[in-house]
Amino acid sequence: MSVFYFVAFLSIFFALMTIFTKNPVHSVLYLVITFFTFTIHYILLNAQFLAVVNFIVYMGAIMVLFLFVLMLLNLNKDTEPLKSNLVKFMGVVAGACLLLTVAGSLRLMEVSNPIVLKNPDIGLVGSLGKVLFSDFLLPFEISSILLLTAMVGAVLLAKNESKKA
Amino acid sequence: METIVQNIQGVPLNHYILFCSIIFTIGVIGVLTRRNVIIIMMSVELMLNAVNLLLTAFSAHSGDPAGQVFVFFIMALAAAEVAVGLAIIVMVYRNTRSVDINALNRLRG
Amino acid sequence: MIDLIWLIPLLPLVGFLINGIARNALPKSLVGVIGSGVVLVAFLLSCGVFATVYAARQVGADATFIQPIFEWISAGDLQISLSFLVDPLSAVMLLIVTGIGFLIHVYSVGYMMHDPGFAKFFAFLNLFVFFMLLLVLGSNYIVMFIGWEGVGLCSYLLIGFWFRNSSYVKAAKKAFVMNRIGDLGFLIAVFLIFATFGSLEFSTVFPQAAGMAVGDATLLLITLLLFVAATGKSAQIPLFTWLPDAMAGPTPVSALIHAATMVTAGIYMIARSNILFTLSPITLQIVAAVGICTALLAAAIAVTQNDIKKVLAYSTVSQLGYMFLGLGVGAFTGAFFHVLTHAFFKGLLFLGAGSVIHAMSDEQDMRRMGGLKKQLPVTYVTMLIGTVAISGIPPLSGFFSKDEILAHAFISNTALWILGVVGALLTSFYMFRMLFLTFFGKFRGSDTQADHLHESPMTMTMPLVALAILSALGGLLNVPSALGGGHALESFLAPVFEDSALQVEAVHLSHNTEYLLMGISAVGALIMAVVAYQQYVSKAVVPKSDEAQRRALSKLSYHKFYVDELYETLVVRPLNGLSGFFYRVVDKSIIDGIVNGSGKTIGETGKGLRLLQSGNVGFYIFFMVVAAVVLLAYGLLTFNR
Repeated sequence: MSVFYFVAFLSIFFALMTIFTKNPVHSVLYLVITFFTFTIHYILLNAQFLAVVNFIVYMGAIMVLFLFVLMLLNLNKDTEPLKSNLVKFMGVVAGACLLLTVAGSLRLMEVSNPIVLKNPDIGLVGSLGKVLFSDFLLPFEISSILLLTAMVGAVLLAKNESKKA
Repeated sequence: METIVQNIQGVPLNHYILFCSIIFTIGVIGVLTRRNVIIIMMSVELMLNAVNLLLTAFSAHSGDPAGQVFVFFIMALAAAEVAVGLAIIVMVYRNTRSVDINALNRLRG
Repeated sequence: MIDLIWLIPLLPLVGFLINGIARNALPKSLVGVIGSGVVLVAFLLSCGVFATVYAARQVGADATFIQPIFEWISAGDLQISLSFLVDPLSAVMLLIVTGIGFLIHVYSVGYMMHDPGFAKFFAFLNLFVFFMLLLVLGSNYIVMFIGWEGVGLCSYLLIGFWFRNSSYVKAAKKAFVMNRIGDLGFLIAVFLIFATFGSLEFSTVFPQAAGMAVGDATLLLITLLLFVAATGKSAQIPLFTWLPDAMAGPTPVSALIHAATMVTAGIYMIARSNILFTLSPITLQIVAAVGICTALLAAAIAVTQNDIKKVLAYSTVSQLGYMFLGLGVGAFTGAFFHVLTHAFFKGLLFLGAGSVIHAMSDEQDMRRMGGLKKQLPVTYVTMLIGTVAISGIPPLSGFFSKDEILAHAFISNTALWILGVVGALLTSFYMFRMLFLTFFGKFRGSDTQADHLHESPMTMTMPLVALAILSALGGLLNVPSALGGGHALESFLAPVFEDSALQVEAVHLSHNTEYLLMGISAVGALIMAVVAYQQYVSKAVVPKSDEAQRRALSKLSYHKFYVDELYETLVVRPLNGLSGFFYRVVDKSIIDGIVNGSGKTIGETGKGLRLLQSGNVGFYIFFMVVAAVVLLAYGLLTFNR
């Protein structure tokens, strides 16, 4: 039980670091650590497949992509002007309101019963795979088309157009 | 495995919800506060992750694998979105030489 | 012949359409022929109608013929049809309108020959005759009202005929507005009549009214309102100031409209509704009082006027006052007889004045005339006859009609009779003054005018002669029994007034009293004529110029007792001020303010809302978050467990 709280604390801490550092590269690195803590959370919930996917896809692919772009745009220096104080304050306030609303709903909902894993096997790769390929086959196939589309789109968008001119 | 499973017994669902809300809020604050477009996109990823975790928690709580399947799809989607988003940012950078979000005000009315 | 009644108003309408539409295409002679011809045919038809009515009266029948044309309005209880009523009263009016109308049309051919708007003039004249015939022939108050309004319109069109002169146009507007004030009274009276009697047809209203009590409050109100309308149309106090200004129109217009026909519409209307008035003695007293006051006021003003047409205009107002006096004392036949004779001699006088003006190259100021009887013999003789007739000197027509009114006034109230005699004396004086200043003495005009002096053409002198004969012999129509006559007109009109006669006890003067009364007025008129002769021929007094100092009473009279100025201050200026206030404050500031303001508000709102589209993506996201928070909160708050 205390593991959860410790890891949760770590997540929050590194998430805050992500958004408050000025250097974008540092920001990316902190986000990677945050995702790592998320992976641990998945493991705690016995969602093994998701933990692995999270590790590989998010940390391995997406954040690397971010890093690539940052390097490409040569933003490793501190080139970013900050927003005015008022805007930052308003942003924090808005976020706080959101939190309050959700937290307030908890009072109403009263879902404080402890998690009892009814079926601890559902997070395993095999069982998840069975569900995926039986009940959710169509979305699965369509997501492959989605990935294809994204790939084509990205290549087209980023192509250097000066060749045509 | 059993120790992990036993470890998790006793964490109220409330706490998961609260925790994920906090992460989500941090993501929102990041979007509202930063001016670098790439950082903003990263904050969006943070938000998505918070949601993923919550979905997984609910799925474990109710024993319904649909939640985890949904998380799987969200991850795939997030990957696609990041790819396209970053491509757009590169294009914008080529045209305006800046990744400042305030510079993208061609949408003004 | 009764079946062809509908032709009588239709023919002038056709004349109006032809002359109006084709006014630039037709030659002047054809226009004159069409214009006068339609009225002539209408006159001949009217003679036929009159013959039918006369024949019916001879055998003692009621001689009331109703000719329905078509059902006009049929809405619930309200049934109004266009139908014509012919009875002795309207038969006589038909003859007056078409007969004198025809003579004046012929006169206009000569008078307006050199005017570029010749065809337009004849079109308007025909239109006027059409409306006047509608008024006279209508068998219900609505058709009469159509004619009533229509003649007001034509009066406006014809007074302002020379529209390039702004003061003429103002006079036309004044006439129209004052008529409209009276018309409001007519309209409210019509509403009341409908509410009381359930119908507007004369044949329904009058028998019903005959059964009501004397002094009934509703009838009192109705008759007062009808009298207000009559004061507007027939130029009595307080709505009389338009008539002298209406002399801005061409002289044939003054003769036709403002002497013979339109101004007598008020008297016709009251004569037609006589039963309503007889049952409201208070109204009759008011009518008589207003009549005599107007008669005296107008006569007092006429004494010092120098424009020949203005003298005749005030004379008309004065004589109309006599007619109302006659109605007020119950002398319905007498008043109507005076309408008839007045049409003859006033029409004659106006046409004669037109002839003089024409000869004097459009000069109207009598101070520059004089000694015209040598150059204008026919005009002189006919105007002499007209002047003698209007002064009430026997045996011409004016004597008989005026005397009948005065006799009834004596029966009713001696004071009224005395005032009436005073008015008659004044009438004689100023009419002879006009005659002497114009035709006697030395010529006071310029040399160019002297060179152009000539008698008018035949088209103008023939109507003069015809009217002179009628003025001279017209009295024979209703000679009182005191003089051995047969009261022809009175017995002819008896069925029209018989309901009224039943209400009133007939009082008869002894013949001796009648001779005394007649003698006093006749001798008085003669004496005043001699006084005028003394003043303006023997002493050859010429009236003072406009700037000269006058004694108090004379000054009052010369400035028309300042009635126009009084109206200007009491009515016109406050109304203008009120209108200005409404324009500046209510219309411009308030209403325009509201309209423009709402437009501006929308514009400003749009401008404000446009700021939301700042292009600042962070701003958009912020609002998205805010919206999400709000929705969540709302869902939270309305969540039912």
